[in-house]
Amino acid sequence: MSERLEKGIQALRDKMDARIASYFSSCVHCGLCAEACLFATESQDPIYTPIYKLEPMRKVWSREYSFWGKLGAMIGVTDNVTEEDFANWETLVYDSCTMCGRCSMVCPVGIDITYMIRKEREAFVAAGYTPEGLQAATERAINIGSPMGVTLKTLQATIRSVEKETGLTIPMDVAGADYMALFSSMEIVNFEEYIAGLARIFKAAGVSWTVSSKGFEATNSGIQIGDPEAAKTIVERVVSAAEELGVKSVISPECGHAFMAIRWEGPNLIGRQYPFKVIHILELLSELHENGSLQLEGMTDTPLTYHDPCQISRRGGVIQQPRDLLNSVASNFQEMSDGGDMNWCCGGGGGVSANERADEIRLQAFNIKKKQLAELDGVETIVTACANCRLMLEDGLEHYELSHEVTGLTELIAEHIKQ
Amino acid sequence: MFTDFIDGPFWTFSVSVFAIGVIWRLISIIRLGVPGDLAVPREDGGAGGMRTILSRFMARPAVRKRALLIVVAGYMFHVGLFALLFFAQPHIDFYVDRFGVPAWAGMPRWLFILTAEIAFAGLIMAWLYRVMHPVTRMLSGIGEHTASWLVFFVMLTGCLALLEQYDSLRVLHFFLAELLLIYFPFSSLMHTFTFAFSRNYTGATMGRRGVDA
Repeated sequence: MSERLEKGIQALRDKMDARIASYFSSCVHCGLCAEACLFATESQDPIYTPIYKLEPMRKVWSREYSFWGKLGAMIGVTDNVTEEDFANWETLVYDSCTMCGRCSMVCPVGIDITYMIRKEREAFVAAGYTPEGLQAATERAINIGSPMGVTLKTLQATIRSVEKETGLTIPMDVAGADYMALFSSMEIVNFEEYIAGLARIFKAAGVSWTVSSKGFEATNSGIQIGDPEAAKTIVERVVSAAEELGVKSVISPECGHAFMAIRWEGPNLIGRQYPFKVIHILELLSELHENGSLQLEGMTDTPLTYHDPCQISRRGGVIQQPRDLLNSVASNFQEMSDGGDMNWCCGGGGGVSANERADEIRLQAFNIKKKQLAELDGVETIVTACANCRLMLEDGLEHYELSHEVTGLTELIAEHIKQ
Repeated sequence: MFTDFIDGPFWTFSVSVFAIGVIWRLISIIRLGVPGDLAVPREDGGAGGMRTILSRFMARPAVRKRALLIVVAGYMFHVGLFALLFFAQPHIDFYVDRFGVPAWAGMPRWLFILTAEIAFAGLIMAWLYRVMHPVTRMLSGIGEHTASWLVFFVMLTGCLALLEQYDSLRVLHFFLAELLLIYFPFSSLMHTFTFAFSRNYTGATMGRRGVDA
């Protein structure tokens, strides 16, 4: 057995906790998870069945934790995980799973397949079977501070541009501010209108906020690839920046995986609770609107719909707030079928967007979004709250030659600030 | 002789294997532990766990409409089997006799027959789905098929024993049920108990995040 295979198997063994053992013990292979997965439904290929993507991990569980598996191992008839398994499953684990969690919502015995995929990816990292695109993004996140290679200079250039456009000052490194805003690299590079919207909203609502020059990037490709050390380093960067400035709260950007990383996984990665609160921008906007700090005016009658970023809604619990916000500025907001906690993923989460190898299956899976959009009545505008979803939606729409416009919810809210 | 063995020592053996095996399996799961969650929760995880244990008895509409056949078959089999196990008069009489528990009201015979037919039909539909649908055909192994066939024969002989013409049919039913009890802890039939664990773990995690899973 090669060293890398041994490391991979050991990592799978190390991940085995009561949750995973109960999940494998409960699975009756009913196949319902396949009906919830955009890759399985749109390709109609059974190999994309979510639980099947966990076959390497199941093999280790079976061999070491089940009666028949152990008996079979003793007499040499139970298969062990092989290098071929790692090689064959790499594409299933990384290219055709966005860790969107939809399968976890429909399993009759309650198996959280997403949790297990996340753990299985750690074994793939240990064994050295990871997609190049995601590897490179993680290396850039560690060495440069951003998976897209965005540096402080890039941020400063964007901030200058936003300041020029809005006439507002973006507060940098202000100690004692109430809130420290984080961004995703895509927001800094592709969607600076998010930063402009934030500046306008916070000015109008009288929010004390700042941006840290030491920790401004919130995405975490360490989590996406399954490298806990890299994930921890990325979270620690933000935590130490917030601690240094002594802020009361950290604002997660619209990006779904960033929210997951900093809000739900971060404390577990660094092994302690934060001395500050983490709040998603949509939660904050909703709070500000509810307590009257953020006054809005005007209603757009443009028919629009909302694409729930999976990590914000289904895996993050921010479901009602975007709807309340949308209903306060839009008179013709239409829900997509399965909207809310059962939304269909854009196809690019979980690092899939950073993995060029996955483009073909990702775009095939986007067909589900096309079907959802076709059911709506005259909707040509999709609002979302994740820069990655936004980019993936734009890519998918272009691929299917659809003319919908995609916009961010924070920007939309900023357009309706009461003057 | 064979009847005495099946009714006596083999029953004791099979029920002991079942009880010890189930407890051993559950302990072996629990002792692996679960890492604590340091993220500040939005809601209580315990409530989320309980909610998911109960809510997953209902299939979500999103999946119900996509996989109606297997969802319906699943309900037919599970609800039918539950009713048969706990409300069929011969089974109640058996529990009273073997475990000394007080008797409770059983189903009328016509409902018993109807329930058995529904459960049987559900099992056959689920098995046909398993061998015909490309996803379940790919996922299913010897474990799933063994469990399906064992349950099938237990139910079949149970139906035949209902005729009450030959004691040998009752003994055959009992013998197969005992085999099922022995096989149970070492198979995916354990989901009968572990489903509560898995639903609870998922529900608690998601509940802390404010998601009704």
